Amino acid sequence: MSKVVSCKMASPVLLGALLLGSMLLGGCSPIEPWVKPYEREHLADPIMSFDRNPISNSYLDHVFEVREGAHGATGSVGGGCGCN
Amino acid sequence: MMRAHLRARWLAAAVFGLGAAGRADVLPEDRTDVLYHRYEGGGLTVQGPSVLVRKKFGDSFSASYQYYEDLISSASIDVVSQASTYKEKRTQHNLNLDYLHGSTLYSAGFIYSDEPDYKSNTGFFSISQSMFGDLTTISFGYTQGWDRVGEVDKGVFQKWVGNADHRNWSLGMSQVLTRNLLLGLNFETDESDGYLQNPYRGVRFVDPFSAKGYSFGPAVAPSTRTGSAGALQLKYYLPWHAAVDGNYRLYSDTWGILANTVKIGYTQPLFTDWTLEATARYYWQRHASFYSDLYPFEDSQNFTSRDRELAQFHSLSLGLGGSWEFHPGWPHWVDKGTLNFNFNRLHIDYQDFHNNLIPSLVPGDEPLYTLDANVMQFFISFWY
Repeated sequence: MSKVVSCKMASPVLLGALLLGSMLLGGCSPIEPWVKPYEREHLADPIMSFDRNPISNSYLDHVFEVREGAHGATGSVGGGCGCN
Repeated sequence: MMRAHLRARWLAAAVFGLGAAGRADVLPEDRTDVLYHRYEGGGLTVQGPSVLVRKKFGDSFSASYQYYEDLISSASIDVVSQASTYKEKRTQHNLNLDYLHGSTLYSAGFIYSDEPDYKSNTGFFSISQSMFGDLTTISFGYTQGWDRVGEVDKGVFQKWVGNADHRNWSLGMSQVLTRNLLLGLNFETDESDGYLQNPYRGVRFVDPFSAKGYSFGPAVAPSTRTGSAGALQLKYYLPWHAAVDGNYRLYSDTWGILANTVKIGYTQPLFTDWTLEATARYYWQRHASFYSDLYPFEDSQNFTSRDRELAQFHSLSLGLGGSWEFHPGWPHWVDKGTLNFNFNRLHIDYQDFHNNLIPSLVPGDEPLYTLDANVMQFFISFWY
């Protein structure tokens, strides 16, 4: 009886150890890029840039941020009052 | 009478030149941009030039410098209500250095902004790392700002009224999801302390002894503020050589402001040398907990403000842009150039900020204020 109980208790521990071990071992193996370099032609197109014209984007961010209570998480940086 | 200088604002910082989808395994492109900008709306005109120069040095270093100038002429509702019209100039200098080592990009920089009644110094540092076959880029940044706030009356400097310090932490990730789809995630949190209000703006309260039924008194804002913003971006390449992008941002802070921003964009190359862009941006925010358009009496609560930026409102901005690419034969070191034009129409509907310039029998019954503005940019860019 006691053997059965100990096996039942050991199962989650064993499973957890196996899971943790597999995760750690998996972390050691290189992740295969699922988009190969030769498949990135579209991504390399300038129209796919999030910040194609930085001087223009930072100006527009500035226009909005001085008129709104929210700010940040836009990728812009600035300083000063922006009193407009 | 004091000018109605708008609320001092230190722009929250992330990583200069590295948006959510920036790459950490290459240095920024060598380019120069010369821009003219103009904002006109609500009695306010702001215009001026800006220049951005970026240059690589060897395989590992890159530097950039940006000059920005605002020439401001203001007769906005705040100015007309509580002060006199004014003109002033603000200049800003940004210096940024990048160092590339393997798949890691280190950036650091400094920003100085100067105007008659506001000085701002900002330093920042960021690190970006590409991983998983360059499908993923993680970036982290820290920014600190030191501001000094003063007062000017009729063009004459009066006194410094306080300092404000700011700290900002940012975390960003870009991810290639498929051969046509990019994902960007940004998270920022910042805290400010010190003098965080506009010295020129007062609050409105009911005053039965005034002919208008109300009077203006001084505002009192909290001396600390902590806010967080999280944003998600997606960009998709369409089969007919075009791109569509979407962006959502959620913001909240300890002043009670909660804001949602949604932006969509479409980019379409035409022929061989034209690119057209269209954007739509919707923004909504809940007012700060201590904001009121009209307080029942003077000093009715410990914190008070009637700043429009802290009111409840929603806004819509529609933009159109065009770019023409050319390849000059001279000078020989210039690879290409673009001529660009952008126009944005901005409309803001305030939900608890009334237009007190329109007379009303009962204070607070004035129509709600609305703002329409045109934002224009013309710039020329060179790559070399």
